[in-house]
Amino acid sequence: MAPMPGSERNYLWQDGTVRSWLLTTDHKRIALLYMASITVFFVLGGIAAALIRLHLIVPTGAIVSDETYSRLFTLHGIVMVWLFLVPSIPVTLGNFLVPLMLGARDLAFPRLNLLSWYLFVMAGMLVVYGLFRGGLETGWTFYTPLSTDYTQGRVLPVVAGVFLSGFSSIATGVNFIISIHQLRAPGMTWYRLPLMLWALYATSVIFVLATPVLGITLLLLGFEHFFHVGVFDPALGGDPLLFQHLFWFYSHPAVYIMILPGMGVVSEVVSTFCHKPVFGYRFVAWSSISIAAIGFLVWGHHMFVAGTSLYAAVVFSMLSFLVSVPSAIKVFNWLGTMHGGAIRLDTPMLYAMGFIGLFTVGGLTGLFLASLASDVHLTQTYFVVAHFHYIMVGGMVSAYFAGLHYWWPKITGRMYPEMWGRTAAALLFFGFNLTFFPQFLLGYEGMPRRYATYPAQFQVLNVLSSAGASILALAYVLPLVYFTWSLFRGARATDNPWQATGLEWRTSSPPPTENFAQAPIVTHEAYDYAALAQAEDATRRETPHG
Amino acid sequence: MAEHLAPYDTPLHRDETAVAGMWLFLASEVLLFGGLFLVVLVYSHTHAAGWAAGVRHTNLAIGSVNTLLLISSSAIYTLATEAARQGHERRIIPAALGAAGMGMTFLVLKGWEWRLEFREHLFPGPDFAISGPEAGGAQLFYSFYFLATALHGLHMLVGIGLIVWVCYRVRTHGGRPVSPMVVDVVGLYWSFVDLVWILLFPVLYLIGRA
Repeated sequence: MAPMPGSERNYLWQDGTVRSWLLTTDHKRIALLYMASITVFFVLGGIAAALIRLHLIVPTGAIVSDETYSRLFTLHGIVMVWLFLVPSIPVTLGNFLVPLMLGARDLAFPRLNLLSWYLFVMAGMLVVYGLFRGGLETGWTFYTPLSTDYTQGRVLPVVAGVFLSGFSSIATGVNFIISIHQLRAPGMTWYRLPLMLWALYATSVIFVLATPVLGITLLLLGFEHFFHVGVFDPALGGDPLLFQHLFWFYSHPAVYIMILPGMGVVSEVVSTFCHKPVFGYRFVAWSSISIAAIGFLVWGHHMFVAGTSLYAAVVFSMLSFLVSVPSAIKVFNWLGTMHGGAIRLDTPMLYAMGFIGLFTVGGLTGLFLASLASDVHLTQTYFVVAHFHYIMVGGMVSAYFAGLHYWWPKITGRMYPEMWGRTAAALLFFGFNLTFFPQFLLGYEGMPRRYATYPAQFQVLNVLSSAGASILALAYVLPLVYFTWSLFRGARATDNPWQATGLEWRTSSPPPTENFAQAPIVTHEAYDYAALAQAEDATRRETPHG
Repeated sequence: MAEHLAPYDTPLHRDETAVAGMWLFLASEVLLFGGLFLVVLVYSHTHAAGWAAGVRHTNLAIGSVNTLLLISSSAIYTLATEAARQGHERRIIPAALGAAGMGMTFLVLKGWEWRLEFREHLFPGPDFAISGPEAGGAQLFYSFYFLATALHGLHMLVGIGLIVWVCYRVRTHGGRPVSPMVVDVVGLYWSFVDLVWILLFPVLYLIGRA
């Protein structure tokens, strides 16, 4: 990337040494360090997914042994959940944007932010070490007693890695919450915060309050795996179900870690590309908080067939239905925002619209799984696999790409090629549906998940799914190529290429190290396009030749 | 905004932010130990007899002395925070080191207690000391016991490290007053470690003993 004229002042080029990057406390640079790291893990998890889909082209399994297959989908799950989806938007876009959106100089604890990246990298290395020195076959959930007494795999380094990555999450969560409380610019009241920040705040609450429970669960698990004796050990009368309760107490809220930030991105993008304030701002803001809050009360729905009491199951079922209320509020409010808006179908908007459709399908199929009777039939089938991929890939990955394209000009100072961006967004939508819609049908017909082989009658749908995966792979590779290209050859970005209202668009692209030349003062509500137009008119009058 | 303070507006703003951060981190810690106490809640009911047998084998004398030590240590640390608040720099270090010293004594006693327990074969495993129908529950108890005390001990070590760091900062600050908030933030953490023990003590030594 060639330095731009006058660019010695921006955060990318202020000091170009490797040392200055590795010891940086600038939230924008840390965001880029994170971005590079999670991209590596995304590629790794993606390769595992590709091998899985390739294997399932024929009923007897095409390429690997049954045991290797188990290790492959475990690798895919662990890497994608813990090293990509959980950190994804918060640590990259969130890290970059929280101070900019607040009008602050940095996050509240800049050194803690850097520490969280180092913890994450160490966690990633431990996990990758474990996965490549044999891997493990427990699935991403590490259920006991398989993970403690019967596994042949490398449980300890992987569990230690996930444990460490949890501390990285907690550090990020503390940093975001305290920054939003303490570092808002003058005039930036709570109801003037961009909805992205409400979403990240809700996410951070889950980071801070749910992740430690995963931490202690993994400690108990590691203890038991190491000493072959512990609190979940059935031989002592211990209860493996207790592990599941503890695990899902974190991991269900973590599902919302994997969607709430995406909802934040979509709120920003939909508003900008409809040139309208988000419909029902306060409802969208509080729906983020309520999703996080209700998310703590629904973990039991992962255990309907695991032998919990019927009464508990009924309560968990009803609570699970409750989550659909704030989720639906969001979807309706995005549609309300689009209604009557001057919609521009730029790449971020295409991804965001894909998100709304795919998330809705994922959410509605979740209701089948929240109902006790249908869950008994569908649980442990491909229906579940399709459902959560609609949320996590159709939802979160779409939103991640929407956000990447939307803020790419701000982050790098360069525009990506619009035509290629739209192509990639369309490929993602079609490839995704072709991959995962057949899996709903497979699950409905009873194909169990996690098996390396399947009866011949399921082959057509499996081949369709694998074909879709190849399109999906293209949709992932394309942005990697043209984003890299744009770093060198992309057109220079203006400060506010989308005519958006957020504070981050009021500074230069890319921003200077200190974020704003003058500390901003906020005088109007979020998404106030009329105020933006007035301000630009005023600037034009002041500088007639500009 | 003074550049060396960034991203804060004033020293007070910086200190308040640090205190808020510590409180939030402690909320996270509560959930960490909360998961452990869930284990207690479940097994002290489903395996009441075996769990109680485990409790009866813990060393009440050492546990009680340690409880006294830790509570006193927190009390002494408040002298350091008070001294910092009043600007008596030189009184911070003795109080803080006194608190840290009592913490170290706690850890030494705890280590000794562990040694005794290993000798008595109270660590769960094939040659576990308690046999009969209560063996399973007692081993569950001792799995919990060793993990909980190890985790608490680790927190103590971190706390002692932080106190020593505060003393170092006071010494190397060259006459300029140290912000009382720094002393406070470490005090918050130290009190939390104390509080965890106040909950662990009855769970490990008292409930089910009679």
